[in-house]
Amino acid sequence: MPYNPALVAPMRAEVTRLGAKELTSAAEVDAALGDQRGSMLVFINSVCGCAAGNARPALGLALKHSVVPQQVVTVFAGQDLEAVARARQYFAEYQPSSPSMALLRDGEVVHFVHRHQIEGRSPQAIAGDLTAAFDKFCGAAV
Amino acid sequence: MSGHVFHPGHAELHGVTVVVETRGSRTYVGRFDNEDERGVHMLDVGIHDEQTGGPKEEYLRSSAKFGVRTEHRQVTVPADQIVRISRLGELS
Repeated sequence: MPYNPALVAPMRAEVTRLGAKELTSAAEVDAALGDQRGSMLVFINSVCGCAAGNARPALGLALKHSVVPQQVVTVFAGQDLEAVARARQYFAEYQPSSPSMALLRDGEVVHFVHRHQIEGRSPQAIAGDLTAAFDKFCGAAV
Repeated sequence: MSGHVFHPGHAELHGVTVVVETRGSRTYVGRFDNEDERGVHMLDVGIHDEQTGGPKEEYLRSSAKFGVRTEHRQVTVPADQIVRISRLGELS
C-alpha cells in the first residue's frame, strides 16, 4: 500500500526542487525514457530515512558539479507503483532496490547506484561516485 | 564508510545489505534486520549454494554489480552456522 502522500511530499520536493522531473505514471515514464537520447539520471526515491536520507542530499551535491546529465527524472518507490515498475523495465538486468539511481546514455544504462552502495555512506561520498560517473558518461566527448 | 549508525536505535547493521557466510556451502545476501540467540534475521534474501550454483565469488560479484536477486522475504541464519558477516557495499 502506498505511503500517505502527505508523508512523502517533502521527500518529493527535496528532489524536484533540484530540477528533477517527477514521473508518476507509466505513460510519463515511457515519454521520458522511451527512445531516450543523450544523458539522463533516473533517481528512484524512497521513504527509507537513512538510505534515501543520504541519497537525496547526495543528488543535490552531485548536481552542482560542472558536468551533469542533460536530464534528471525521478520516480517514487512505494508510492508511484506503476511508474516505478515501468521505469525498472528500462533497466531490467538490475535488481530492484530503493533508493537507487540509473545513469542512462542513449537508452543504455552506463552506471547504476544500488541501495547497498548508498547504505552507511555520507552524501559527499555518494556524490563523489556520481560525479565521477557524470565526468565519464555525460561529457560532450563521450 | 562514514562510520555512523545507519538506523539509530537499532543494531549497527540494521537495514544494511550484508553477506552472511556460513560453515556450509550456503551464502546469504540480504538486509540485516536483527540478531538474537537464534541467529541473524534477514529480509529480502538471496541464497547461493556453492554446491549447485558455482563459485561464491562470482555470485557476490554479480550481486554487487546488478543487485540482490531476492528469493525469500525473510530468512533466519542459525547462529552456529555463521562464519562471517560483511557489507555487500564493501564489494562494490
